[in-house]
Amino acid sequence: MTALPLPTRMRAPGLMVAMVVMLVGFAVASRDFAMPGNVLNIIMQSSVLLLVALPMTFVILTEGLDLSVGAVVSLCSVALAQVALATGSLVMTSAAGVLVGALAGVVNGGLIAYLRIPPFVATLGTLGAAQSLALVLTGGQSVTGLPSNVLFIYGGSILGVPVPILIIVAAYAIMHSLLYYTPFGSFVFALGGNREALTLAGVSWRRMLMAVYVLGGAWAGAAALVLASRLSAGHPTAAIGMEFDAIAAVALGGTSFERGDGWLLGTLLGVAAIGILRNGLNLMAVSSSVQVCCIGILVILAFTLEAFRAPEL
Amino acid sequence: MIRVPGLNRLPPEATRVAMRLAALLVLGVLLSALSSAFLSTVNLMNVLRQAALLFFMSSGLTLVVLTAGLDLSIGATIALGACVAGTVIKNADSAWLGAATALGIGGAVGLLNGMMVSLLRIPAFIATYGMLWVLQGLAYTYMAGNTVYGFPSGFRQLGNGYLLHVPTPVIVMAALLAIGTVFAQRTVWGQQIVMIGANPVAARLSGVPVKRRLILVYVLSGLAAGFAALVYLARLNSAEADIGSSLTLPAIAAVLIGGASLFGGVGTLAGTFIGALILTLVLNGMNLLHVDGNWQPLVTGVIIVAAVWLDLQGQRTRS
Repeated sequence: MTALPLPTRMRAPGLMVAMVVMLVGFAVASRDFAMPGNVLNIIMQSSVLLLVALPMTFVILTEGLDLSVGAVVSLCSVALAQVALATGSLVMTSAAGVLVGALAGVVNGGLIAYLRIPPFVATLGTLGAAQSLALVLTGGQSVTGLPSNVLFIYGGSILGVPVPILIIVAAYAIMHSLLYYTPFGSFVFALGGNREALTLAGVSWRRMLMAVYVLGGAWAGAAALVLASRLSAGHPTAAIGMEFDAIAAVALGGTSFERGDGWLLGTLLGVAAIGILRNGLNLMAVSSSVQVCCIGILVILAFTLEAFRAPEL
Repeated sequence: MIRVPGLNRLPPEATRVAMRLAALLVLGVLLSALSSAFLSTVNLMNVLRQAALLFFMSSGLTLVVLTAGLDLSIGATIALGACVAGTVIKNADSAWLGAATALGIGGAVGLLNGMMVSLLRIPAFIATYGMLWVLQGLAYTYMAGNTVYGFPSGFRQLGNGYLLHVPTPVIVMAALLAIGTVFAQRTVWGQQIVMIGANPVAARLSGVPVKRRLILVYVLSGLAAGFAALVYLARLNSAEADIGSSLTLPAIAAVLIGGASLFGGVGTLAGTFIGALILTLVLNGMNLLHVDGNWQPLVTGVIIVAAVWLDLQGQRTRS
C-alpha cells in the first residue's frame, strides 16, 4: 500500500471504538464529564502532548522514532526558565527554548541521517545527554519564580480564548499545511515510503531527514514553554516519559511504524483519547496508579482491534 | 574499522566480541591508572556483582532482540516482582515461596507479552510498553507508597553471599552465560530464534514454529526479569514500586553495547555480558573519580551510540 496523503478508508478503528466507549462511559459515570468547562480542561491539559506528538508523527512517518523528546522538553524547560529569570523577556525565553530544542534536533538528525545510526539508538543516546545536561544545568533543582509574561502562555487568554488553545490550533494548522500542502510534506512521506524516489528526484534525503528532526526539536522547545508556564517552573525531569505518551498517541492514531503510512488528524485524536482517559478517570476519583494501568490497557486494546485488519505475516 | 591481522578472518560475531574484550581491557588499564581504589578486591567484586544484576536483566532481552523484538517491560516486571515477592518473603517467611512468586510473575508477564506480539501481532515496542504501564500501575497500587525491607540473611545470600570466595550472583551469572550461549548457538530452538530475527519469512517457510518460539523468548525474558527481581531484593534488602524505571535503559544499553542489532538476527550473550561489564565499569570509574552522578545518563548515551556506530562501520567496510 503506498502512502495516501488523505484518509480514503477507515483508519484507526481501534481508536474510534475506544473513543466512543470512553465518551459514553465517562458521560454516564460522571455528571461533570460532558460539561463545557471540563472539555476545555481536557484540551488545555493535552496541549503540551499535542505539540510533541504532531512532529513525532512526521518522525514516525520517516520510519524513525524520537525517544529523546521527553528529556529534550525537560532540558528546554530549564534552559528557557533560566533565560526568563535572567532577561524577563518573553521573546528571549521562547527563542531559548526553540533554539535548545532545535540543537537537540540537529544532534539527532546528524546521528541518524549522516552517521546512519538507527533512530532508536541515536535518540536513546540524545535522551541520556539531554537528561544529564538538564540535571547539571540546575543541580537537579526546579527553576522557579518565572515572570508573569511566561505564565501568561498557559494561564492567559486573548479575546476570551485561552492562549494554549490558540497555540494548539496554530500548531495543528501549521503542521497540517506543512505535511499535506508543501513539497516538504511529500518528502516526509517519501522518506518512509520510498527513499530511493527522493534520490532520483534529486532531493537529498539526508537533508530532509535532518529537517524533520530539527523541526521536532524546535516544537519540543515550544512544548517546553507551555509546560514551564503550566508548572510555573522549569524542572529537569518534568517531561521524562513524555516520548512514550507521544509515540502512543501517534500509534493510536493509525500511523504505521513502517512504509510511511500515516494520518496527522489521527494523532490529534490519539492525544485526545489519552487526555479523555486521564480526565475521566480523574473525575471518577480513580487513583493515579490505576490510571497508569488503564492507559496501558487502552494502548493494548486499540492495537488488538487494529491487528485483526493487518495482513498475515 | 580497525584492521587487525587474523582478527578479520574470524566470523563477524567473534570479531565483535573480540573488539569488545579489547575495549574492556583498555578501560580496565585506564581506570587502574586513574584510580588506586579501582583494582582493590572489594571494588572489583562490587563491579562484578553489579554487572551480574544487569546481565540477568539483559540476558533475556538479548534473546528478544535476536528476534527483532524488544521488551520494554523488564524494569516494571522487576518492580512488581520484587514488591510482591518481597512481601511474600516477609509475610510467609519462606524464601522459596518468594522465589516462586517472582518467577511466576515474570513468566506470566512474558507469556502475555509473547501472545500479544505473536498472536495479536501488536508491534513488540507497543505491546511491552503497554505492559510496562499496566505492571507499573499494579506495583503502585499493591505497595500504596510503602517500602518492603529487611529480609532473612539466608535469602540475602543470593545477592550478598560468597561461594568459594566468589560472589554468589557472579557464579549464577557464569552458569547462565554458559547455558544461554549453548542454548542460543548449539540447539535447534536457539538457531530458530536467530533465524526468526534474521529473516522471518524464510523462517516460517522452512517450518519454524515462529509464534511458539516468539512466545518462548518473551517468557524467557520475563523469567530473567523475575530472577533479577530476586537478586535485586537480596542485594539491596528493600523494594518499592518505582525501582523499575531506572533499570530498563541500562538493560537495553548493555544489549546494544554488547553488539546485538535491533533489526534482529545478530547478537550473542557473551557480547551482552561484556556490554554489561563495560557499562558497569564506566559508571564505577566515574564514581571512583568523583564525577557528578548527573553525567551518567550522558556517558551511557555516548557509549551506546559509539558502540553501534563502530559496529555499523565494521559492517559497511566488510560488505
